Amino acid sequence: MIDELLRPFEFEFFRNGLIVATMAGALCGLVGVYVVLKGMSYIGHGLSHAIFGGFAASTLLGINFLLGAGAWGVASALMINGVTRRRVLGSDAAIGVITTASFALGLALFAFFDGEGASFDAALFGSILGVGTQDVIAIAVVCVLASALVFLRYRALLFTTFDPEVAEVSGVNTARMDALLMLVLAGSILATMKILGVTLIAAALVIPPAVARMLTTSFSRMLWMSSAIGAGCGFVGMNLSYHLDVQSGPTIVLVAATAFALVFMATGPLGRSRSAAIGKAGA
Amino acid sequence: MTESTSKPAIATEPLVTLRGVTCRYASEDVLRDVDLTIGEGEFVGVVGPSGCGKTTLLRAIAGSMVPVSGSATRRKGLRMAYVPQVETINWSFPVTVAQCVLMGRVVGRLLPWPSAAERAAVSEILARLDIEDLRDRHIRELSGGQQQRVFIARAMLGEPDLLLMDEPTAGVDARLRHEILHLLDELHGRGLAILLTTHDLNGIAAHLPRMVCLNRSVIGAGRPVDVLVPDILERTYGASMQVLEHGGMPVVVDHFEHRHATADGREHTHVHGHAHGHTHDHAHRGAP
Repeated sequence: MIDELLRPFEFEFFRNGLIVATMAGALCGLVGVYVVLKGMSYIGHGLSHAIFGGFAASTLLGINFLLGAGAWGVASALMINGVTRRRVLGSDAAIGVITTASFALGLALFAFFDGEGASFDAALFGSILGVGTQDVIAIAVVCVLASALVFLRYRALLFTTFDPEVAEVSGVNTARMDALLMLVLAGSILATMKILGVTLIAAALVIPPAVARMLTTSFSRMLWMSSAIGAGCGFVGMNLSYHLDVQSGPTIVLVAATAFALVFMATGPLGRSRSAAIGKAGA
Repeated sequence: MTESTSKPAIATEPLVTLRGVTCRYASEDVLRDVDLTIGEGEFVGVVGPSGCGKTTLLRAIAGSMVPVSGSATRRKGLRMAYVPQVETINWSFPVTVAQCVLMGRVVGRLLPWPSAAERAAVSEILARLDIEDLRDRHIRELSGGQQQRVFIARAMLGEPDLLLMDEPTAGVDARLRHEILHLLDELHGRGLAILLTTHDLNGIAAHLPRMVCLNRSVIGAGRPVDVLVPDILERTYGASMQVLEHGGMPVVVDHFEHRHATADGREHTHVHGHAHGHTHDHAHRGAP
């Protein structure tokens, strides 16, 4: 039994995949706290789809995926940020247009150049295959950047998330904070896309913070709990992915969803009222 | 909160000066040609009907709303703090009282956790506001008065020169209103300049040293005894109001005229009085 559980660790691709999945979980858990509390879940979902367009274009043009999709992702993130900050009527709709158009473009590019195959599936649903040293480095870099941002601009980010208008009056450059957060979000999506898949990244951003929120009313505790829950789900999900021979994205999300259900039942009405309130952020 | 708390005008540079400020949402002017000066250590109440631009005025003063014309100048290095309306706060956000208050010291520290000096400052302010034992509670687990105090504490931690408050007594009962007013008076007594908006003419505005009647533009500004006069009130609220006097304080009374014909065909005019807020609570308690 133990031998069977340890067997995949013999393979380098699995060890790489496991490191990336665990870091991806932690990263999405950390960034997800801000995403969820700012009521940006939809933006996270949209941005991951937008980046798929960049992924398709860079794959087909033979450009480095991280550079091509990265530039595309940053452009989409800043565009979405601009639309949201201007509080244009129906900014949700505008975001939907930008991101789904980008996603559709990606699909069309793949179909047109007949490029469907392993990398296409991997981008949509996540895959352990093809995770190389470059991906480990990429996600480690984004983890360091995200942690540095949260650590060094802790109060400014918290204030901007909680109460942006008052934060602005109190001397916080909320525009810069929002832009930094969007860039870190784009970086996180980019770095975790191969392992989690475009269609499932939103779950990795939303479920760990929701679970953490049910367990605490303290912001600092929510940050580390959400990161730890995300890391745990990434680790367990990646192992399950190997043993069940299912793509990594779905197994990681299913583990997280199971954790959510267990905590939901265990915390009873208190946790329920906390998590029910989570979506009202930014209202 | 009597006239004795108003200080003589000192010849220092004002904290904030608005000159001909016009602010617009969509294509509608919410503020039109507003001139206003807030001096050091002033305590000003802004009154006016709903939608008259009170919150926009606060935003223009704070600088979070940029006027389409006119200018808003703030004294160099001016520190402002803003206490938002209670209803605009996301009470389910996961912050404890201490975490919330610490946001007031947002500039100048690179580490997430508070320094020893900051912890001491938080304790001192929470103790002064009588909510020290609540520091690890979630903000939703507090009573209305305690919630209001948390946000005043957050504002005070930034050691502001000017405190801006949007409707600090909206939806608050008489006892709590007294408590808040008393607290603000004490802070003002220590030299803090305060500008607040309020719906409560008699309960709040009439007690402050200076008030501003706003309806898109400034209709009147000055001491309550000079501003609370039927002409200014009618132009501010678009309805006629009476001003009575009670214990040396002006009391504003709404004044609806109903004309209706009686059986003999003559018209009678009935005047129904309705006091705005409650000036003196004991006056009501004393009623048989």
